[in-house]
Amino acid sequence: MKTPKAAGLTRREIYEAQQRRRSVLVASTSTVLAVVALVVLVPLTPGWDKVKRSFFNADVLVDTFPKLLDAFLINVMIFAWCAPAIAVLGLLIALARDAKSPALFPLRIFGATFTDVFRGVPVILTVYLIGFGIPGLGLPRPWNSPYIWGSLALILTYSAYVAEIFRSGIDSVHHSQRSAALSLGLSERQVMRDVVLPQAVRNVVPAQMNMLIALQKDVSLLSFIGPVEIFRQAGVFKSLTANFTPYVGAAIIFLAVTIPATRYADYLMAKQMKERR
Amino acid sequence: MKAYVLSTLTAFALSTTVAMAAGHCAAGKTLTDGKFTIATGNPAYYPWVLNDAPESGEGFEAAVAYAVAEEMGFAAEDVVWVRSSFDEAIQPGAKNFDVNMQQYSITPEREQVVDFSEPYYTAPMAVLVSPGATDTAPTMEALKALKWGAVGSTTAVPKLMNVIQPDSDPLLYGDNADVNAAMSANQIDAALFDLPTALFLSAVMIEGSKVIGQFAPDETDNPDHFGMLMEDGNPLKECVDAALGALKDSGRLAEIEATWLQDTTGVPLIQ
Repeated sequence: MKTPKAAGLTRREIYEAQQRRRSVLVASTSTVLAVVALVVLVPLTPGWDKVKRSFFNADVLVDTFPKLLDAFLINVMIFAWCAPAIAVLGLLIALARDAKSPALFPLRIFGATFTDVFRGVPVILTVYLIGFGIPGLGLPRPWNSPYIWGSLALILTYSAYVAEIFRSGIDSVHHSQRSAALSLGLSERQVMRDVVLPQAVRNVVPAQMNMLIALQKDVSLLSFIGPVEIFRQAGVFKSLTANFTPYVGAAIIFLAVTIPATRYADYLMAKQMKERR
Repeated sequence: MKAYVLSTLTAFALSTTVAMAAGHCAAGKTLTDGKFTIATGNPAYYPWVLNDAPESGEGFEAAVAYAVAEEMGFAAEDVVWVRSSFDEAIQPGAKNFDVNMQQYSITPEREQVVDFSEPYYTAPMAVLVSPGATDTAPTMEALKALKWGAVGSTTAVPKLMNVIQPDSDPLLYGDNADVNAAMSANQIDAALFDLPTALFLSAVMIEGSKVIGQFAPDETDNPDHFGMLMEDGNPLKECVDAALGALKDSGRLAEIEATWLQDTTGVPLIQ
């Protein structure tokens, strides 16, 4: 098929080459048009100078960027201890909701209530309630730290979502596999641990990657109860300079982390699709 | 003039409409002709605005607003109140207010983006401590050891970082209410506010807390002058400045301050 023919290309190959050229042309024209529209038209707007000074001020960016990076370490730290806790708690909640034995019915109710409540309440409300509420009960330092209770709020909220994803993963393992494993003499526990979970967890890895990306951004909500992470630090600079550029700087730092992470999630998703086919 | 000085705010609020002379400074320079639109915080805090109701003219900033409006030739009923956040006030583009009053400290950086009127109040920074830390001495040494909090959008933050330089990282919050919550939860020992706000919080909001000291206004490298914020290049600035100047000269501004701001004497200076 690929060997060149003495008579040159087949009519079909000529047609396909034409089509390719055409779509490349259309794609590049529309890209150029879009970029031109952005680069040329936006600066023509009457307020552009002011917007540029307020949002894209190079001096402010250079001054504040290093300190924003420092503050981002706090985000990384909070993320680093929340993520594993969320994975564990999320899996436990998923298992609780999947409990088959009638005696464990209260566990199922607990699991369902937990996911309903924590998925239903805005994260920031949970952060406020737990971050100020529980320390307000009179805990001594350092046990009333906003880092601890704010993190717990994130862990609870995200566990609810993660649990639902795990549950969908567990459901995605065909029932016949459980039956087959049971008929081989495995106990319910063994079936879950050795047959269902390994496949379930693998199936939901790309979806969980998205949760990690979302968590990475939501760590900033802890700034409401005190920790000076990147969002608060940017806000401080914004107030001092009356300029929004520090927020743009923070956005750049977030993007530097989330874009590779999203691409990786896409890659995992594509790989999984291929394997399933 | 004497009659003006002595007139009470109520009488002022009830005073009949003063028709704006055609040649008046503010004519044609306000958002809506014949109306003076003033923005305040949401919510607006005591003692700057009482009961979050600036229309009443009660509270220091509300009273100053009506006095300035009158000085500029607007009747009390021509004053329109709107609400704004800090971010709305500094965002580029047209504003929905003529002037914005919510204890904006005048800083050179901010002046590059917006305009400020002449200061209408100068507030020293004061230290509010939680009930557990009321015996802290008003010395830098003792203050450094405390766990600090502040509102992140205020000039208290650079003051805290540059002057007090606390031993542990301070916690920063979105507004006064959140600082209260943190202090009530014993997450912070001390917080930095302007003196009137600190006195109010200790007297009304946080039981057992105390204002242990203030920074002398002249010693601070960044004394907090409060100015009315306006859009950059707003032609109204000269009118507002003239009105504030007249109020200062006549003693009316000092009188309003005495009426609405608590007696700020008796708070020791921080050594």
